[in-house]
Amino acid sequence: MATTEVERRRGQLAALSIAAVVIIVGVPLWWRTTETYRAWLPVSQIKELAKLQLHLSADVEVVFARGTVTPEQQKKVPLTQTQNMEHRVDEDTALSYRYETRYRTATIMEEDALNQPTAAEADLSLHTLSESPSGSLVVYVIPESSSLLPQNVDVYIGQRRTALLRIGSQMRVGKTLEQLLAHMEPRIKQVLHVMSFSHTDITAALSNRVRISPGNKESIADSMRAFKSSPGYEITFSLLNPDPKSHRLHWDIEGAVETYIQPLLTKLSPVANFSIDSQTLYYAMLGVNPRFDSSRSTYTLNADSLAHVINPVEARLGSNAASSNPVLNFLLYIPDAHHSPLYIHDHKKQQVPTNAFHSPRWGGIMIIRQCWVYNVNEFYEVDTVFPVDINIDMAKVMGVFLAQLRLLLGVQSSTPPPGFLVAPCGNAGLADWELDRLMWSRSVENIATATTTITSLAQLLDQIGNIVINDNIAQQVSSAVTSLQLAVSELEAGNLGFALQYSKEAILSSERAFFDPSLLHLLYFPDDQKFAIYIPLFLPMCVPILLSLLKIVSEARQKHREKKPKKD
Amino acid sequence: MKIHHFLSLFSTYFLVDGVNIEDRAGQFFSSGHTNNWAVLVCTSRFWFNYRHVANTLSVYRSVKRLGIPDSHIVLMLADDMACNHRNPKPATVFSHKNMELNVYGDDVEVDYRGYEVTVENFLRILTGRLPPSTPRSKRLLSDDRSNILIYLTGHGGNGFLKFQDSEEISNVELADAFEQMWQKRRYNELLFIIDTCQGASMYERFYSPNLMALASSQVGEDSLSHQPDLAIGVHLMDRYTFYLLEFLEDIHPASKTNMNDLFKVCPKSQCVSTPGHRTDLFLRDPGSVLITDFFGSVRKVELTMETINLTDPIEQLESAESGELQKEMHTYADQLPVSEIIHQKPKQKDWHPPDGFILGLWTLILLVFFQTYGVKHLKHIF
Repeated sequence: MATTEVERRRGQLAALSIAAVVIIVGVPLWWRTTETYRAWLPVSQIKELAKLQLHLSADVEVVFARGTVTPEQQKKVPLTQTQNMEHRVDEDTALSYRYETRYRTATIMEEDALNQPTAAEADLSLHTLSESPSGSLVVYVIPESSSLLPQNVDVYIGQRRTALLRIGSQMRVGKTLEQLLAHMEPRIKQVLHVMSFSHTDITAALSNRVRISPGNKESIADSMRAFKSSPGYEITFSLLNPDPKSHRLHWDIEGAVETYIQPLLTKLSPVANFSIDSQTLYYAMLGVNPRFDSSRSTYTLNADSLAHVINPVEARLGSNAASSNPVLNFLLYIPDAHHSPLYIHDHKKQQVPTNAFHSPRWGGIMIIRQCWVYNVNEFYEVDTVFPVDINIDMAKVMGVFLAQLRLLLGVQSSTPPPGFLVAPCGNAGLADWELDRLMWSRSVENIATATTTITSLAQLLDQIGNIVINDNIAQQVSSAVTSLQLAVSELEAGNLGFALQYSKEAILSSERAFFDPSLLHLLYFPDDQKFAIYIPLFLPMCVPILLSLLKIVSEARQKHREKKPKKD
Repeated sequence: MKIHHFLSLFSTYFLVDGVNIEDRAGQFFSSGHTNNWAVLVCTSRFWFNYRHVANTLSVYRSVKRLGIPDSHIVLMLADDMACNHRNPKPATVFSHKNMELNVYGDDVEVDYRGYEVTVENFLRILTGRLPPSTPRSKRLLSDDRSNILIYLTGHGGNGFLKFQDSEEISNVELADAFEQMWQKRRYNELLFIIDTCQGASMYERFYSPNLMALASSQVGEDSLSHQPDLAIGVHLMDRYTFYLLEFLEDIHPASKTNMNDLFKVCPKSQCVSTPGHRTDLFLRDPGSVLITDFFGSVRKVELTMETINLTDPIEQLESAESGELQKEMHTYADQLPVSEIIHQKPKQKDWHPPDGFILGLWTLILLVFFQTYGVKHLKHIF
């Protein structure tokens, strides 16, 4: 009897120890060896960033020239005013604009500068006195009697960051300073709307994040035309010569790019990098046949047929780009001898002065005008020797391409309000305040895109438990989060340059993290497949253990029941 | 006359023509896309699946004809039929038994071929998670204003599509990939066409906005092939794509046919299976969507009204021709270091236990246990 007892006990001990080993050693070992490596991500900070609160602030300086304020009013100036405007775009995004306006009177040197004969010269000499930092504006208020501005113009917007505002005739000198300021406020608001950020621009820049219902048709066209913010762009200039037998073309593209395009690109270097190349294509035809207009004896292309011009040419353009940056193509087409001269007509059958058209987010095409080409007559004489040498006037050509480049990069030139005169942009092709506007909208766009990327990445990684998160991804995410926080704070402080730089870094890190090749989730296992894998591994092992444990438990219970009546 | 031209050119224009905005913007307003992309995938290999390659190539041909350039098409063919050893007419892929239409053409550009067509590569293209060394032609570089056409064909089942006879993509993975594309705004609108058996199951799980889907057959139905060609020896095309090709041959870049006509392609009488479509996730009304919005590439154009007055003369760059030409010595990089490859040690592969190891191990343990302690101890366990 004792031996069976011992044996039974031995059996129970064996079963219990096997169960103990399985549970204490086996289960944790299996768990550790089958878990995926997931580095830590700053999820709480990402959640904070998901609720985007952008504060944009601009510094405005309003300078009163002599004759605009009375001496009593002059004593109350200088003063500072702050204006705040809040907008809630949707439940996750809120914007607030702050304008800090400082009022002061003009210095002697500024008065001298304002005594120049024309507004353009005044602007130039004012600029030599002081350089305003990026994002700020200076408005000079000049008296009604000033001759700087023509009769019907009240505001002159210069090439840098200054504007000249003429007080209206309703302002008699006797009124108080508060009334003067209140009278000027709508005008100053208009100036700010043109020269600094405006609500429409900023909300358009947020279109990646917020699905904005289409406004008027013009704003849709504007938003579709410009390229999205990208760290770099590739620009290609192509010369299309469909008729090399008749025309031998000479264009000084290197010099033209260096003189005309490079200044603009250098000025835009805080916004993006640019790389330029050029090519000549022979026997490249336009896909449409031009019509002969006998009244003007020229060949014409209708505006409706322009849409079909691009596709046949694009197939032959090729791409030099080794990167994934967007490509801007600028094509110059020299019509062949049989279809010369060739002009584009708009919907009202009028000649388009520039003879060029552009396609949103693609580039522009220009057909050379006869008068921009040296050495060629309108019609070839009978005894011309072919091929004819043609020298192209690159200044005119680049003028049109520059205008198209500005449009495609998002430098808006919307119609200014009535009574405004905007100075032509300088040789760089871009006024300083236009650059500021571009920087505002690019910063906001970058911040919005980076936050959306980071939040959706965090959501994705949270949802799919099987994806391995490597250390480099976690590091990119952390650096994106820090850059975003810095960018938002710099934007609030009004440091436009730093805000743009941080926002660019944020975008780079977030894109690198999101598009990392190791984040591909190919591990979709339906539950029945999971069972099918684990059951043959664990069932044969678990069945004896479980059954023996049950037997032990039932024996113990039986013994306990036997003991009970003995106790009574 | 010429002086007028000169004078007018020297002044600068900054006024935008107000009236023209209405006309121009009218074109923009309708669809909201500025470029078109196409991802065309044939997932099956082997000679008897000739019809799947012919399907994909016929859609490729239509899409190219209607204007989408090769740089915007990602073509994935899992096998090479045109240069297959069994092809009696090499370098051709026909769509009809009378050999009227060679859909292979002269200028086909296949981006992913053969064993590169895998589920992983397909998902990488869609989500954009390609290794940095991938060339531009193998990427889908779409943005938030791109309309993308995705065409899949091959052998499929209820909820999956078979790739290369060895792996499959499920409808959940596809829906998740589209959702990731939407999160990164990689498309404006997407048209998904699938020609496989039980194709409608592949679009059941979509949940991202702006997706329209067409399939050649419903769940439980098989998609049938059109007709065999006795000279080539295989079926040349599937019915749905055959009638789709016929429909597309009538479309030209300026045509105004809309999606409702596309839904009517290949009714049950011709197709034997019932084609299905799904438009509930699409924001616009299908009747207002043009075929060329997805299959073609009609560009929006705007007339340039402004020009900038540039007055500086061109700087003469320092010409390097004065003096001797600088000659740089160039050498080719050693791209195939043969000597290193020959003397390389074989790479260490990860060791895996042989198959069936665990089951065998447990059987062995149990046998040993019962051998040692005898069968009578079984009652302690059971």
